[in-house]
Amino acid sequence: MSFMSKSPWVIHYDASSCNGCDIEVLATLCPGFDAERFGVINTGNPKHADIFLVTGSVNSRNIHVIREIYNQMPEPKAVIACGCCACEGGVFHDCYNVIGGVDRAIPVDVYAPGCAVRPEALIDAIVEAEKVLEEKYEAMKKGEHAPVIPLDAPVLKKGA
Amino acid sequence: MTTFVATVVGSICFAVLAPIVGCFLDGLDRKISAGMQGRVGPKLMQPYWDVRKLLQKEKMSVNTVEGTYIACALFFAIVAGGLFYSGGNFLLCTLVITLSSLFFIMAAYSTRSPFAEVGAARETLQVMSYEPMVIFTAVGMYMIAGTFDVAGLFDMRHPLICYGWPIFLGLLFILTIKLRKSPFDISSSHHAHQELVKGITTEMSGPTLARVQILHWCENVLFLGWTGMFFLSAGPASLIVALVFVALVYFLEIWIDNNFARVKWQVMLKWAWIVALVAGGINIAVLAFA
Repeated sequence: MSFMSKSPWVIHYDASSCNGCDIEVLATLCPGFDAERFGVINTGNPKHADIFLVTGSVNSRNIHVIREIYNQMPEPKAVIACGCCACEGGVFHDCYNVIGGVDRAIPVDVYAPGCAVRPEALIDAIVEAEKVLEEKYEAMKKGEHAPVIPLDAPVLKKGA
Repeated sequence: MTTFVATVVGSICFAVLAPIVGCFLDGLDRKISAGMQGRVGPKLMQPYWDVRKLLQKEKMSVNTVEGTYIACALFFAIVAGGLFYSGGNFLLCTLVITLSSLFFIMAAYSTRSPFAEVGAARETLQVMSYEPMVIFTAVGMYMIAGTFDVAGLFDMRHPLICYGWPIFLGLLFILTIKLRKSPFDISSSHHAHQELVKGITTEMSGPTLARVQILHWCENVLFLGWTGMFFLSAGPASLIVALVFVALVYFLEIWIDNNFARVKWQVMLKWAWIVALVAGGINIAVLAFA
C-alpha cells in the first residue's frame, strides 16, 4: 500500500489572484475547516510538498515562477487549479496580459471551480488529488516521471 | 568492555524503540496542539504516515554528501540515546548529541542554498545558546551524585532535583530550544507561518527529510529522558515519578509552543545565557561552597 493519500502536504502559490481564493485556501487550513484532519500541512516549500495549489490566472510575469515551483517538487506530485481564474482565466480571461488558466503553464490534475473557490470544494479537490497521487506513485514505480518543463517553454495547449 | 557492550546493546534498543515512542509523542503533540487551537486535528498515527510517505517519495538531492551527513547525525543521536538509556556517561552523551547537531548543520550548509544557510546559521546560534546550560547540568549532576553515570543515580537516597532544582529549571528553559518549540523555533518551524519557512531543512526532501524527522523523534525521547533523570533515586517507584514529571514537562512544552510568539535570536541567546549563568552558576556555587 502507498502512503501518498495519507499525508497530502501542500504548497500554495498566488499567481495573479485577487486574494479571494487565497483567503479561502488559508481558511481551509485554519480551525474552521481544519484540513489537517486529513493530514494536510501547508509546507511553504516545494521540495516538501505533494500537492501544488495555484490561485489566479497565468501571465507572462508569473509563468516562470509556476514552472520553477512545479519542477522543484519531487514525484509523485499533483496540481490543483483553485478557483475560476486558475481554471481558465475567469473574469480576467481576455485581459491583454493574461495568458489563461494554470494549465497553460503546467499540467493540471484537478480543477476546483468557484469565485472564490469554497473551502468545501478545496477539500474535495485535495481528496481527488490524493487519488491522482496514488496513480502517479504506481507510475513512478514503473519508471515514469513527470516532464520537466523549461521555464521558457511555449505556452501549453488549453486543458492539456 | 562491559560498558562498550552495554552502549552497543543500548543503542540498538534505542534505535528500535525511540522512533516508536517519539512518533507517538509527536502524534500526541499535534493532537493536543489542535485541541488548544479549537481544532479536531490529525489522527494519532499521522506522523508515522508522514514519514512513510516521505520514504516513498522520489530521491531528489542537490548533492551526495547531504544524505551522508544526515545519516551521521541520526547515527550519533542513536549512540547518544544508547549511552544515556543504558545508564552510561551523561557527559559523553551531551557531547555525542552535540556532534549529531553539528552534522545536521553541516548537511544544511553543504547544500549552498541561501535559505538553508540562514537556517544552519540560526541552528548554530541555537547550539550556542543551549550548550552552556547542558554543561552546567552535567557538572551539577557530578557534584550532587559524585558520578557522571546515569546508572549511578539509582544508588542515591535523594533524587537530583532535591539539590539541583535551579539546574532543572535552567534545563527546562533550554529544553524549549532543543525541542524546536516556539518561541525558540528560529532555525526551522513545524508550522509554515514564519519568514524563514523551513529554514535548515529547505533543501532536504523525500527520504532525507524522513530521516530528519526520525532524528527529531530520537532527540525528543533523549531530551525528555534528561528531564526524567532528575527524579531518579533508589527504588523502582522513582521511575514512575520520573515518567509522570516527563509527561508534565512535555505538556508544558506544548502549551508554551502554542502560547508564545517567536523571538529574535538575540533575545534567545541573551536569555539562554542569563538563565544558564544564574540558575546553573548559583546552583553550582552553592554545591561547591555549602
